[in-house]
This record gives sequence, structure tokens and C-alpha cells, in this order.
Amino acid sequence: MSTILDAKIPQGPLAEKWTNYKNHQKLVNPANKRRLDVIVVGTGLAGASAAASLGEMGFNVLNFCIQDSPRRAHSIAAQGGINAAKNYQNDGDSVYRLFYDTIKGGDYRAREGNVYRLAEVANSIIDQCVAQGVPFAREYGGLLDNRSFGGAQVSRTFYAKGQTGQQLLLGAYSALSRQVNKGSVKLYTRYEMLDLVIIDGRARGIIARNLVTGKVERFAAHAVVIGTGGYGNAFFLSTNAMASNGSAAAQCYRRGAYFGNPCFAQIHPTCIPVHGEFQSKLTLMSESLRNDGRIWVPKKKEDAEAIRAGKLKPTQIKEEDRDYYLERRYPAFGNLVPRDVASRAAKERCDAGFGVGSTGLAVYLDFSEAINRLGLKAVEARYGNLFQMYEKIVDDNPYKTPMMIYPAIHYTMGGIWVDYELMTTISGLFAIGEANFSDHGANRLGASALMQGLADGYFVLPYTIQNYLADQIRVPRFSVDLPEFEAAEKEVNDKIARLMSIKGKRSVDSIHKELGLIMWDYVGMGRTKESLETALEKLKEVKKEFWTNVRIPGEANTLNVELEKALRVADFLEIGYLMALDGLNRNESCGGHFREEYQTPEGEAMRDDENYSYAACWKYTGEDKEPELVKEPLEYEFIVRQQRNYKA
Amino acid sequence: MEKVININLKIWRQKGPKAKGNFETYKLNGISGDTSFLEMLDILNEKLINEGQEPIVFDHDCREGICGMCSLYINGHPHGPDEDITTCQLHMRKFKDGETITIEPWRSAGFPVIRDLMVDRQAFDKIIQAGGYVSVNTGGVPDANAIPIPKAKADEAMDAASCIGCGACVAACKNGSAMLFVSAKVSQLALLPQGRIEAARRAKAMVAKMDELGFGNCTNTMACEQECPKNISISNIARMNREFISAKMND
Repeated sequence: MSTILDAKIPQGPLAEKWTNYKNHQKLVNPANKRRLDVIVVGTGLAGASAAASLGEMGFNVLNFCIQDSPRRAHSIAAQGGINAAKNYQNDGDSVYRLFYDTIKGGDYRAREGNVYRLAEVANSIIDQCVAQGVPFAREYGGLLDNRSFGGAQVSRTFYAKGQTGQQLLLGAYSALSRQVNKGSVKLYTRYEMLDLVIIDGRARGIIARNLVTGKVERFAAHAVVIGTGGYGNAFFLSTNAMASNGSAAAQCYRRGAYFGNPCFAQIHPTCIPVHGEFQSKLTLMSESLRNDGRIWVPKKKEDAEAIRAGKLKPTQIKEEDRDYYLERRYPAFGNLVPRDVASRAAKERCDAGFGVGSTGLAVYLDFSEAINRLGLKAVEARYGNLFQMYEKIVDDNPYKTPMMIYPAIHYTMGGIWVDYELMTTISGLFAIGEANFSDHGANRLGASALMQGLADGYFVLPYTIQNYLADQIRVPRFSVDLPEFEAAEKEVNDKIARLMSIKGKRSVDSIHKELGLIMWDYVGMGRTKESLETALEKLKEVKKEFWTNVRIPGEANTLNVELEKALRVADFLEIGYLMALDGLNRNESCGGHFREEYQTPEGEAMRDDENYSYAACWKYTGEDKEPELVKEPLEYEFIVRQQRNYKA
Repeated sequence: MEKVININLKIWRQKGPKAKGNFETYKLNGISGDTSFLEMLDILNEKLINEGQEPIVFDHDCREGICGMCSLYINGHPHGPDEDITTCQLHMRKFKDGETITIEPWRSAGFPVIRDLMVDRQAFDKIIQAGGYVSVNTGGVPDANAIPIPKAKADEAMDAASCIGCGACVAACKNGSAMLFVSAKVSQLALLPQGRIEAARRAKAMVAKMDELGFGNCTNTMACEQECPKNISISNIARMNREFISAKMND
């Protein structure tokens, strides 16, 4: 069976594709916009900016979030910054360079056309946010300040202290709030999408559960947009928020949307290390810290052992006995290599026995040199809130003792497959932000998630969705009494009833933790054919355990947090399986996907462009059946792919 | 080195908004000092589930002090006894062995209880919807560097913008006033040239909505500033009052 995936990349030179598209796409006139309903699920950077922009344009928008307020979506936690090629620093930046750095950072596993468009619209995002009153950091002359992030040799990252995600999200939230006030957007907070409704092959609505009353409800629209973030919580411990989940993506996948590159997950190098079995999440320490912090472990194994035993302090290790391994291995980029490279290098040192902390699974991030060079005050001004956060969690003063950090799951590059118009393989179903399989290829650069979320929401989807909706202007509003809605709601209710009836012995969390450990041990930073095969076997067992032994107290027809968690874990089990399957299929190392069999003698990732230059898309074939692999070939017309080099 | 404590918990349980609530007591032993406060509640909930009881409902999400979802009134303090942090960043090392810890929801007319420790804070969204924005549409805005802004002003706006909308200020206030929350947004936007244009309209609309939703007035007890996890200053309230009065005078 052959399925052809058309990414619908516009013709023409790279720099003209997006302009050409916009010049020729179909538009919807203002009178017709009022007659068209759009459901947007999620209120993070992508969801909120899309809902606000669509509302401003005159569409009738229904916007859903699981939190009590749209302002709490997990985009709020992004710390470091947002990239744009403004070249305000006069350091040689350009749209092309931002495009090139992003596609190279992604290890050449993204589409040229998409990434170029992302780089192209990035500048407009900064303008938009400033106009909304986002208080970006400024220089004394009153102009915007920038800093550097991994994978770039220019300073193109705009920031608001260590709270950039918060400020950008509050900007989008304010724009959204303005539309709610106008009546163009209707908000549904504490609602969770539980299924997608398809009528005659097109996405026409969702089934959602009111999390306060427990009531399962139906919502219809002319198009559905998914902006529900990533699925990193399949690992249980991650930097994601507790309720972040991949369920909307899993529901779309089961309804026929292809899942793209599920194995591409990003492991962030600088997180606070794991401390105990009751730990509920891992806290990120912003990549911006690598502007001034130097990463090291002891050069001598005996020093590392003494530190682990609590007999030696890091400050007692002499300069010449420290191994600044990133500076040693990657002189050109030093501590600012991309995240996948930095994470693997930390794992390599710890696996070799040079790790610190009580578990040996930590490395130092040291600011003493920066404090000597810039003064304590300057370091405090730049990173004060991050240092405070570290101190509150670890009970140690990072101004005096180096921070201890270790890699943790942070972001998922994979997601629902979308074409250039951000439409999935289901007509009328769009996916934006982290939820789509996106423009980051196999690895996302720092400060690019905020860029992509807002690019999709403010400047891409509001255009491309019109190209679809222009054909829908004669389609009247749908009744939620249609049989398709009834059937979907029944399936949801049956699933809930089945979960409630198990009445087993184990809490949802205990099974989620078991799943997470399997993912980290076998589908984590270093994967092998054997580890992935083991994962697939173990995942089948834990899925069986879940469906026969989970215990959900309380009733379904009321507020029930355990039921919410169970529904999410049921989907994480599916997604975890897809991740392992995809990782097993991809016999190469690229970006965040590191197959230990495929590495250079120096331990760098070895890509196989001959055989794996494609987006791996997984098509659902039924409950407990193996999904089918569909390939979207990645063709590079404009740039030459190389092995990524951050050494020289 | 590692501190391990035994604690007694006195926790508010309430089935629904109209149900009568009461305190229940629980005992937890062997809690490590490195456990966060919410992880301690996770441990308790795991225990309750295993015993066939219903777990305690509380709001939480990012667990790194930024989403504003977590609340909890712990031993008489919103977000607990430690300073400048949210409940999710509070760690058990701040408590003594054998201590009884009392946990209540935010208590305020503006925030009705949904269940146990979870409250309804939609009133905050409604106040922002009334005017907490700059009225610009997507696209067609000037270049980001077109209007220079003095660093001091931008920094002050950033400090006000750091509010996470958790509602601790309301919970701390004997009048149930939302002035700190509202003034933080009014200030942030009034300080910046982009927001200045609508400053008068915004102050009036947001204050009117705040009054309409049943939040009390400010009597300068400063409890809000004291308990705010993000150190939002009450000087913002003074600025909002100035904005509001000058707007009214110009009416």
C-alpha cells in the first residue's frame, strides 16, 4: 500500500516561498468569517496567539485549556529567551543565518521551506510582543538587549530576565483576553479534550470533559486546531508541568492523523539532578546560564570519588584538575554547543566515572570565573531568579558552590505530522507549536520553541487556515446531535467506564513512574537496537498492568483528578510505544536520537542521509496492531548537509 | 546529614462549593527534608489511594514557581512559611520533626472553593479581560526598536509583570482585596509607552470589574506584599490609585 504525503511546499526560491504562498492563497471575507467556527485546543504560546489572532480577524473561536486559566499553560515556564534575526547587535545575523543555524541544529531532519519561513517571521514576533507591552530586557540607551544561546555564534536571543516564556505568554494571554471581552473568543477553562470528531473525512469538533463537573460534552466547529504541547511526560520525570500530556495528539493519531518522528525527544543538559523516589518533576536551569557558567567535572577519578563520598568539595579542586569537557571537545562553541551535544557529553563523563553529587549523575556548572570577571552584582542581575530557584530546591548557594546539573527530558520535536499549511493528514485538523512535528528536526535549539509557538500562532496558521476555510463558507454550523458526535461521545464514556471498573491495586502515578523508568532506561539518551526491543516488550507488559490493575478512586461523573491522570497515562503508554518503535526503525544517530551503534570514533552522532533522510510518520491501524510507517522524503535543494561540527 | 521528619497534617476537606467543609487529620512519617511540600502531599495521596480513600484535591502544575496554579494556605501563610516562593517550591526542610501543619484553601469571597484545597480564580481572568492589555491586533506594528524605553522604566515594568496571578495577595488580605494583582498589570502597562495610550481607560475598567466581582478595598496593611511569592511591591497600588484618580478627574 502506498500513501503519498504531500508537504505542499510552495514553488520558487527559498526566500520567496512564503511570500508566494501568501500572494496566492485563498482568503475569507469579513462577513463570512463571522459564520465560521474554529476550535483551538490549548492556550500556550501557540494556542493563545492563534485564538487571539483568529478572533481579531473575525472568526468565531472556541478556546479550551485544562488549567483554571489560559495564563497557566506550560509555555509560562520557558526561561531563557526567544530568537529572532534582527541583527540589532550588528554581529552579522540574518534571516538566512537563523534559518541555517536552526536546520543545522536540527541535524538536517526538518524541511527547508518550513524552517526558512520560521526564521522569516521571527522578527515580526519581537515587534508584536513589544507592541503588546512585553517588558523585554533593554540597554541603557533604551534599545533591546540580546544574549547568546546554544548552536549560534551571534547574539540573537531576546529575553525578559529568566522569565521570557512567562512574559510572552502573558502577552498572548492579554491579546486573547481582549478577544474574550469582545466576544469573538469563548473560553473553556478546566476542560480536557478527549476525542476528535470527524464528519465526512473532515475534523468537525471535539468531545471534551468538564473537569469540575465531570460531564462529557460535545463541541462543533468548521476546523479544529491542536496546540496542546509535547509528550515529554511519557518519561514521568521531565521538566514539563505535571498535567502536560500528549493525549490530544494521541486522539488525533487514533482518528487518522499521522504521528511524525515520535522518537525525537530533547534532553536538556542543565536540569537539577534527580534526588529521590518521590520526586515529581525535574527543574530546568536555563540554557542562558551557559553564557557565563562553565561546565566541568574533576579530571581525576579519585577526586570524583572523594566528592561523591562527601570528603571533598568542588571548590577544593584546583583549576588544573578540572576538566572543562565542552570547552575541550568543542573549542569553537565551548559551553554553548546545542543541547543534544551537551547532554551526551555529560552522560559520557558520568558513565566514565567522573560524575559528581551523591549519585554520580551530575556535573558542575560553575560561575566563579564569571563572578570574578563581572562581579557578583552583574551575575545576580542576569540570573538572580534562577539562582534563587536553585537554592530553594537544593539548599545550596550557587554563588559560592558550583551548581550541580544533569540532563533531563525537556521537549519533544516529534508530534502530529503537518504540511506547510500546518494541516494534518485529516482535513480541517491543524496542529501548531510543540504539538506538531515541527520545524526543529531532530533537535531544537534553545530559544526556538517560543519562536516556533508564536510564529505558528500569530503569523502562519491565521493565514494558512483561511486557505482551508475559504472552501467552507457555504457549510452551515454543525449540530452536536449528529450521529458522529454521539458515537464519539459514547466511545469516550465507554473508555472512562472501563477505567473506573478496573478497581485494581495500583495508583495511576505508580504505573506512570514505571513507564517513565522504562522510557529513561531504554528509550533515553543512548539507545540501542536491544534497548529499544526490550522497551517494546516491557511497554506491552506495563500497558497490560495498567489496564488490569489500576485503581481510580471516586466517581467519573464529578471532579476526579485520578481519572484525569489515568486517561493521560493510557495515552502515554501508546506514545511511549511509538517512540520506541520509531527509534528502532531509525538506524542512525541524529540530534536528540542517539543510537549507540551509530557514532563516529570521537563519539559524535553519525547520520545516514542515504537511508534516513525522511520524516517517519506513523499511521494508526487499530487497537494493539502495529502502526504502519509512511515516509515523507526530505529533499535539500538549497543547502548542503554536513556532519554537524561545533569544534572549529 | 539528610533530615527526616514525622509530621501531623490538618487538612481542609470540602466536597463541593456548597458543601460544609471540615478539617481532617493525617500522620506522615519519614518525610525527607529534600521532599517538596507538594511531593509530601503526593505521598499522602498515594497512601490514601492505597487505603481506598479519596485523595486530597489541590491545584498545581509547573512545580517550579511560575504558573501560579498552586495555592494553599499553610500554617496561616499563603504559600507557607518560607519567603519569596510558591507552595511548589517550599521544601519539607522548613518544618520541624513532630510539627502539626495546617493546610487550608485560599479563603476569600472572590475565590469560591471547588473541592478541598482547590478554588475558582476565574475572577482574575475577568479582571484582565476588562482591560489588562494593549489594544493592538496581530501584524502592522512598528519595529521593536522604534520606541526606545529607559532601562529603569522597562525594569520596573518587568518587576510588576512578574505577577503570576496566584491570588496569594487576596488570600492574605483581611479585606479580600485584589488591589495588588490589579495594580501590577495597571502599572506594567502604564509604565511603558505602548500601554500609556490606554492607561486611563484601563485603570477605570479594571477597577470597576474588580469592585463588581466582590473583592474588598485596600487598607494598607501590606499583608499582600509580605506574602507575595514574587515580591510585587505595593507601590504599584499607589500608582494604580494615581492612574485611577487622574482618569476620573478627566472624565
